[in-house]
Amino acid sequence: MEHTSLLERILRGIALTLVVIFFMFPIVWILMMSFQTNETILRIPPQLVFKPTLANYTALITGKLTTAAGTLDIAFMRNLWNSVFLSVTSVAVALLLGVPAAYAFARHKFRGSEDIAFTLLSFRFAPALLVLLPLTLYFQKLGLANTYIGLIWVYQLICLPLILWIVRGYFEDIPADIEYAYRIAGHSWFATFRKIALPLAGPGIAAAGLLAFIFAWNNFVFALVLASADKQPVTVGALAFITSSGIQYGQISAAIVLSITPTLALALYAQRYLVEGLSLGAVKG
Amino acid sequence: MASLELRNVVKRYKSQTVLDNLSLTVADGETLVLFGPSGAGKTVLLRLVAGVIDPDEGKIFIGGEDMTDLDAEFRGVGMAFQNFALFPHMTAFDNIATPLQAKRSSQSAMKAGVESVAKLLKIGHVLSHRPRALSNGQKQRTALARALVGSPPVLLLDDPLRNVDAKLRFEMRLELPRLLADRGATVVYVTQDYKEAMALGDRIAVMSQGVIKQLGTPEQIYREPANIEIARLFGDPTINLLDVKPSRDAKGIYVGLSNVQVHLTGAYDATVGRDCVIGLRPEALSFVDEGTPAAIPVTVEAETPLNEKIVTLVRTVRGREILVSRPAGTPGQTEGRAHIAVDGKSALLFDHASGDRIGARNVVNLRSGEAA
Repeated sequence: MEHTSLLERILRGIALTLVVIFFMFPIVWILMMSFQTNETILRIPPQLVFKPTLANYTALITGKLTTAAGTLDIAFMRNLWNSVFLSVTSVAVALLLGVPAAYAFARHKFRGSEDIAFTLLSFRFAPALLVLLPLTLYFQKLGLANTYIGLIWVYQLICLPLILWIVRGYFEDIPADIEYAYRIAGHSWFATFRKIALPLAGPGIAAAGLLAFIFAWNNFVFALVLASADKQPVTVGALAFITSSGIQYGQISAAIVLSITPTLALALYAQRYLVEGLSLGAVKG
Repeated sequence: MASLELRNVVKRYKSQTVLDNLSLTVADGETLVLFGPSGAGKTVLLRLVAGVIDPDEGKIFIGGEDMTDLDAEFRGVGMAFQNFALFPHMTAFDNIATPLQAKRSSQSAMKAGVESVAKLLKIGHVLSHRPRALSNGQKQRTALARALVGSPPVLLLDDPLRNVDAKLRFEMRLELPRLLADRGATVVYVTQDYKEAMALGDRIAVMSQGVIKQLGTPEQIYREPANIEIARLFGDPTINLLDVKPSRDAKGIYVGLSNVQVHLTGAYDATVGRDCVIGLRPEALSFVDEGTPAAIPVTVEAETPLNEKIVTLVRTVRGREILVSRPAGTPGQTEGRAHIAVDGKSALLFDHASGDRIGARNVVNLRSGEAA
């Protein structure tokens, strides 16, 4: 890195710019669309210069969608709240269940422990559509269809295996001697779990929680089938913008911007934990 | 304080037996060194005593109480790990304080306790540092301080000097015996370094493949090793081992070394005509003038001065290589032809087939590990 010629730096700059443009273009374009009306969006050829409008955001926040065919009620803010509530609660439940389980799988090799751990992982192999039909039937019988509890339960299929397997690896990376040393010093196993294992696996737990949150947030098909309008997250709620009088591109864009903001903010904030978490193993305790 | 006893302890991992029906008693206040090659089961034994792993069979007593089924936190032992096992997210102070925290000591008692042990180990100035910011020597001292701070009646030290540099190891070898004696604790000390074992141990247990091969004072182990293996492990330069077949004449039992009859002192009657190995410590050999009785002619091959002693490699007329050690500053042959004499009293005789020492004056009962 020390000896880079000017040419090399210029070429690297160009390459980086190209990559950034390639990946950022859709997002930037959506951001621009969110400040335009359907008419300006659908102009041919598309134009970079336009008169920005906040109409899309106003429509979303007030819940009144004005189309050529009249005014429609949309529950976008409700959907956004559902997304936040479902994702946060699902991840919290998954952490509460998954972290102690991961510790058990990492530290106590009991009979069949590998099989159980693998079975939990296999939930992620099965295509969601495969389990949806039986789940729907069961949920209707149990009265769990279209309830938050039911959805959070189903979201465990997404969050729990992810957290379990990532965090387990972090627990396994903690040298057993460190925990033994704490036990020998006179502390119970639970104190050892709380004061040694949890803090040392902290970055890993944060990383796993973040990933699980993103997966939960982005889930579409479970919520589509198992929830009706008032329980739906934004991913499903966005379907409401395909109206009888056409697709509301402006509102969809604004909805996308609003719905990626929480995950983006969370990812940016937790970025250092992710990096720290991934490089933890490199430093010997 | 407390004595320590292991009774018929067996530990297996899968099909492999790591500790095989091992019994051992460590008296109150005694320092016992577990010595042996890696894989001998030393660390496993220590962990069994600490309570972090459970024996498959047998019992463990600390201070006369059966601790076999008790969890680690109730055993009241202190342990220093070979890899230090410091808590990376805590400062050195918090690391050392953990045993006091477990006892729910007051803040002031904790501070006083940590500071006094830190002062003793000369790490008072780094107490606010995290382990990452400590040198290896400081880490080792922090780990030791953590083991000592609660004044546990039983101290388990798992090769604590393994990962520190030579200078510090030398210093600690001098400091530790005093430190341990002051504490009055019963100590089990694991090492692979025979000098450490000799310097620190009241007694040494030589382990190999899950059993104690010999148990005795450092003096006994050095002078009367149970077998060739142990003779070879203790001593630097290593013991000279030569194949011989003892014979008898009017003066007693002798072995032929380069056609010179070297008479042995000791009860070796049964060895006549058997294939044996004679063990000669390099310091039991000396250069003598030609014409001295039983002088063996040799050629000097190389000389290595090692500060306090000089080690000379010589070759006998039959081509066998022998190491001779003498204190620095004493006269000796440095090149060419020379003669050496053997101190017949300190020669050790081993059975060629089994490797066991013959004519043991102190018969060691291997099963119970006690000297009979």
